[in-house]
Amino acid sequence: MIDPTFASRLQFAVTTIVHIVFPVMSMGLAPFLIYFTWKEIRTGKPIYEQLRRFWVRIFAVSFVVGTVTGLVLEFEFGTNFAAFSTTAGELFGGPLATEGMMAFMLEATFLGIFVFGRERVSDALYFVSSVAVGLGTWLSAVWILIANSWMQTPRGFDLATEGGQQVVLLTDPLAAYFNPRFQYMFVHMQNSAVEAVALFMAGVAAYHVFRHHVWGYPVEHPEFWETTLKIAIVALVITAPLQVIHGDLYARHVYETQPQKFAAMEAVWETDSYVPEYIVAFPTDVQDLLDPRTRDLFGIGIPGGASWLASGGDPQATIRGLDSFETEAPPVAIVFWSFRLMVGLGFWFILLAFWASYRWWRGELRDDDLLHKALMGSSLLGILAVELGWIVTEVGRQPWVIQGVMRTADGVSPGLTGAEATFTLVGFVTGYAALLGLYAYVVVRLVRAGPPSGSDLRANTQTPTVESEVPADGD
Amino acid sequence: MAISASALASEPLFGLPLAELWFALLFAIFGMFLFLDGFDFGIGVLFATREDAHEREQLLTAIGPFWDGNEVWLVVFGGALFAAFPAVYANLFSRYYLLMFAILAALGLRGLAPEMYEERTDSRWRRFWGAAFVVGSTVTPFLLGAFVLNWLVGSPGLASPAGVVGGLALVALTVADGAAFLGLKARGSLRDDASRDGIRAVVAYLVLVAAALAAVYATVPALRPSLLSPVVGALVGVTVLGTATYVVATRRRRYYVAFASVAVLVAALVSVVGVVMYPVADRTTGLTVQEAVVSTLPLNLMSIMAAVLLPIVLSYFGVLYSVFSGPIEDGEAYG
Repeated sequence: MIDPTFASRLQFAVTTIVHIVFPVMSMGLAPFLIYFTWKEIRTGKPIYEQLRRFWVRIFAVSFVVGTVTGLVLEFEFGTNFAAFSTTAGELFGGPLATEGMMAFMLEATFLGIFVFGRERVSDALYFVSSVAVGLGTWLSAVWILIANSWMQTPRGFDLATEGGQQVVLLTDPLAAYFNPRFQYMFVHMQNSAVEAVALFMAGVAAYHVFRHHVWGYPVEHPEFWETTLKIAIVALVITAPLQVIHGDLYARHVYETQPQKFAAMEAVWETDSYVPEYIVAFPTDVQDLLDPRTRDLFGIGIPGGASWLASGGDPQATIRGLDSFETEAPPVAIVFWSFRLMVGLGFWFILLAFWASYRWWRGELRDDDLLHKALMGSSLLGILAVELGWIVTEVGRQPWVIQGVMRTADGVSPGLTGAEATFTLVGFVTGYAALLGLYAYVVVRLVRAGPPSGSDLRANTQTPTVESEVPADGD
Repeated sequence: MAISASALASEPLFGLPLAELWFALLFAIFGMFLFLDGFDFGIGVLFATREDAHEREQLLTAIGPFWDGNEVWLVVFGGALFAAFPAVYANLFSRYYLLMFAILAALGLRGLAPEMYEERTDSRWRRFWGAAFVVGSTVTPFLLGAFVLNWLVGSPGLASPAGVVGGLALVALTVADGAAFLGLKARGSLRDDASRDGIRAVVAYLVLVAAALAAVYATVPALRPSLLSPVVGALVGVTVLGTATYVVATRRRRYYVAFASVAVLVAALVSVVGVVMYPVADRTTGLTVQEAVVSTLPLNLMSIMAAVLLPIVLSYFGVLYSVFSGPIEDGEAYG
């Protein structure tokens, strides 16, 4: 049997890592769907109806799987982390309840109209539905991130002992809910969701454009995929640079408010100034594999880089080392490498965005098969970057569940047995693997099938689609 | 701000008994979930009785636009319990650990199945996801009923006699709910057969509720006085009347009346549970409502939030239900 604490943490990690895929898809798709709906209503062009109808299917599947997996997370606080829930409930439960009442309700209700109601409601109400769905997904993030950011930079509370148990008493709601971390998390998360979906769209579109224009396969609606690709590129050009600039500010904020996490991100063991920014770092001894930069290291670093980044410009700035903290260090290797991969991907996305827009500007979007391949290969990397970011955030704050207040190990349900925890852990790993597989299967089917055909479209009678058997460019 | 932070922290809003109101609100939210998602479950159970592909499609179309929103009431219930009574939330969910996970699994199956069913048309795929839909829709209300009754009697284990009977009662109630809803949405033999099943289910529900109350009476002596109170007597009377109304209204094809009588049955049921449980909020730990509730400031904040948001939520639920009112039309589907 696995130790209940470890099993609970692993279970929470697995369920979160799988769950986050679906909110990322819905939060990222939301602005696109609002835009498609707006254009469809304003211009009456069939391409926008196709875009909406194609992407709403993927949104709806993501929403259903997101609901199923999200309910699990809400309940897991009670089932596996009962001590945490009792301690922090007065401050932590409110945002969760508000998320349900304010955001999730809005999203779920108007999704019913948005998915099934095009023929039944006026254009105005239909557009309002698309905005309500989008607003719902983003407001969900507001409340969930309020709850999460409070655990990172807790404010606005007192500690008291009730019935032998430490409890958090809310004293200043504004300080607690709009704690210092909140705005960083929200901006970073929302921008990354749009960026991840833009990458996914670009990859999917590139696949069809590539097949059609490079390989010369007959593809239904080649113009649909070209438009999709262009819209995705625009979104990518906006979001990719923002994400890296904002990420820099965010990391500096972590340096100021969670120095132990920052030290783990940079694998700084001993307090030092003029700390280099290591691009890669490996220990030369296998025994130190889990502790990058411990000793005898082989690495490539920019001198003073980490100090420079942390302080916002001073290469001589001091960074506190992991051994200066009373609490044990988080698993450094996971945090160090996740952070590096995430940042590396962030720069890759910028490169992709400008490469693609340069080709577009030159009128070569159809022909650059290397770009097509790069986009296809990157279609899931945006989601991967989000996962890595959350791993840095959540693993990096260990051993604390509430930074400086409560340790994760003290938050686990006291009565939970190793057998129960192991049983559900195995159940969740199997179930979630199946869920993810089914989701991928459905999305791949939808992508392969493409948008609805001309004859299925209500407003498409005036422009029959021309199917071309030869590549449009003739090459 | 008109209300200062210090006033919010020191006394309940308008001197209201907020702990009791939140306790009542929890049952109201659970009742809302039970009534609305109840017809989704019921239609899932009735799915097993239909062979015809077109009729099965109609069953899915009937709940298509609604079930997402309906299920969110369970999320709100969990959130509200967490926010107002965190100790009860933590104790209940960790005590009925395996039961909670079974509920989540069943609910997951129920949510996923219709979505998957629609993905492919070949018969093996549809048989599998159709069966998954039926199983998820039957098991979920059963386990939820068991959970609520376990909570009521303070059962230390997963299965109590009251819990099992209560679970069966909830399955019967959801079938009656689904059949009444189909009365509004379907036509022809689908509706007629569902009506017949609905009448059987509501009668079974009455018997099972009586059995569940008897089981509570027999196993928990501490609850006997409140079970025999006039309020509970009145609520049982309402349940008998509601059942009779359902039967008569369904026979006369007054489907709105039948559907409304299910709402009355649900209201009576959650009221009985709340009234019998009060003033204790968690029998196993002995925590009372007053002891378990959060302190004044968060309680006031949550109350303001709920007072503002719930009417808004109800109003747009009204929009949703009016947009999709009336019988389903052929060819209604995605996007």
